Amino acid sequence: MKTSGFKVYGRYFMIQLKSKMQYKASFFCGMLGQFLVGFNVFLGIFFMFQRFHSIEGFKYEEILLCFGIFLMAFSIAESLGRGFDTFSGIVRNGEFDRVMVRPRNEILQVLGSRIEFSKVGRLVQAIIILVYAIAKSEIEWDFGKAIILVGMITGGTVIFAGIFLIYAALCFYTLEGLEFINIFTDGAREFGQYPLSIYGKRIMQFCTFVIPYALVQYYPLLYLLDRGKAWYGVLPFVTHLFILPCYVFWKIGVKHYQSNGS
Amino acid sequence: MKKYLSFFRLKFSMGLQYRAAALAGVITQFAWGAMKILMFCAFYKEDPSAFPMSLEATVNYVWLEQSTIALFMAWLMENEIFESIVSGNVAYELCRPINIYDMWFVRSMGNRYAKALLRCFPILFIAVCMPSPYGLTLPNNLEVWGLFSISMVMSSMVMIALCMIVYMSCFYTISSTGIRMIAMGVFEFFQGSIIPIPFFPEEMARVMEFLPFGSLQNVPFRIYSGDIKGMQILESMGVQLFWIVVLIIIGKFMCARAMRKICVQGG
Repeated sequence: MKTSGFKVYGRYFMIQLKSKMQYKASFFCGMLGQFLVGFNVFLGIFFMFQRFHSIEGFKYEEILLCFGIFLMAFSIAESLGRGFDTFSGIVRNGEFDRVMVRPRNEILQVLGSRIEFSKVGRLVQAIIILVYAIAKSEIEWDFGKAIILVGMITGGTVIFAGIFLIYAALCFYTLEGLEFINIFTDGAREFGQYPLSIYGKRIMQFCTFVIPYALVQYYPLLYLLDRGKAWYGVLPFVTHLFILPCYVFWKIGVKHYQSNGS
Repeated sequence: MKKYLSFFRLKFSMGLQYRAAALAGVITQFAWGAMKILMFCAFYKEDPSAFPMSLEATVNYVWLEQSTIALFMAWLMENEIFESIVSGNVAYELCRPINIYDMWFVRSMGNRYAKALLRCFPILFIAVCMPSPYGLTLPNNLEVWGLFSISMVMSSMVMIALCMIVYMSCFYTISSTGIRMIAMGVFEFFQGSIIPIPFFPEEMARVMEFLPFGSLQNVPFRIYSGDIKGMQILESMGVQLFWIVVLIIIGKFMCARAMRKICVQGG
């Protein structure tokens, strides 16, 4: 009988956790470090708003909500998907052969190969900021809005996961990690702290039609704040489809894979 | 002296080898800078009177920061040094008739200068060509250029002296990842790479300027666009000199202590 994918992932999870726990001090320092680096971005917003009271019509609490949601989406995607970060290494030294001969989905195995527990530092922070922002916001929450909030988070996670997947698929061709993809992961996290409209029309167009960050961030945020049209609320759910082309691209990449290394 | 010079040259020419990586870096840094500038412009539009620097100075600050990122970023520490400490290979280095602190110092310098030189010109060139509020402007004053260059060298030395302290602390903790992460967080915030130091509340900014981190990119970039001028320049550069001396003394002291009780790992 075949064990379910979830169970296999659960095993990977436990093994990795046990191995990380062998170096406890380093593990916790790493987590603290992750927390600090992420916290800096929050401090940046905090101190900017000591000086300025709003940006493009958004107030401090609203920016925090935006930041919290986006950070949350990113940290979930990152904790799960950092296996793809070192993917160029896996391809280059031929380790991917081993993945291919196993009777399991390749993605599952790559994801399980490296789970980043130190990123939990960032996740914890995202939760704190989000809870604080929700409590502080003047939004009247109802069931629909709550669902949309969850949709914004999962939609964002899907976008980032899709980009990780594209990054990995590109490694099949280049054998080399492509640093500029960072613009769309770390960069997006960094600059997604503010609603994307502040960066002007060009950036908005890119973030709507090319990589749909704005569909899980700016538009539904407007809806939550009762400033947008009703159909803006549907957009985060549509965004989940972004994973499909990424998956197809990955599949093509896997087909293209020629073993190398020794 | 000659041997240290050749360590510098060695690292420098090695740093110049990775051109493809540099190109990727240039693209990333350019995009990063552009986004950051758009963000500051949005704040400027909101309330120009609340801006602590001129918009021009802020834009210049961002471009200079992105183009010379190799000099001031904490994540660009020398992996080799960490690895040699953790793996025990440092024992070989100790056999050589050189001062290990000095050698690591010049090596870091060579590496950072090479990386910065390789990356800065393309970014600066495009930045100069950008349209008016978004572009890099050039000071038309030779004196400013001179002071800027001197201050740049001094701030890179402060950076390396700070990193040396991080390397040295690795002798005590063995594992490096944790300390590195924490150092990254602290450096980034206090040197003003999240938002430039003048954007912080006034009293806080004043304290930050006197911390060792305030002697990093903060000084040369603000001299460049005239945000620090006159006597203030000499004062800031004095603080830089002070920190170079103090940090090197601390680093050398830590180094000497570590050497006395060093216990080499592995076989």
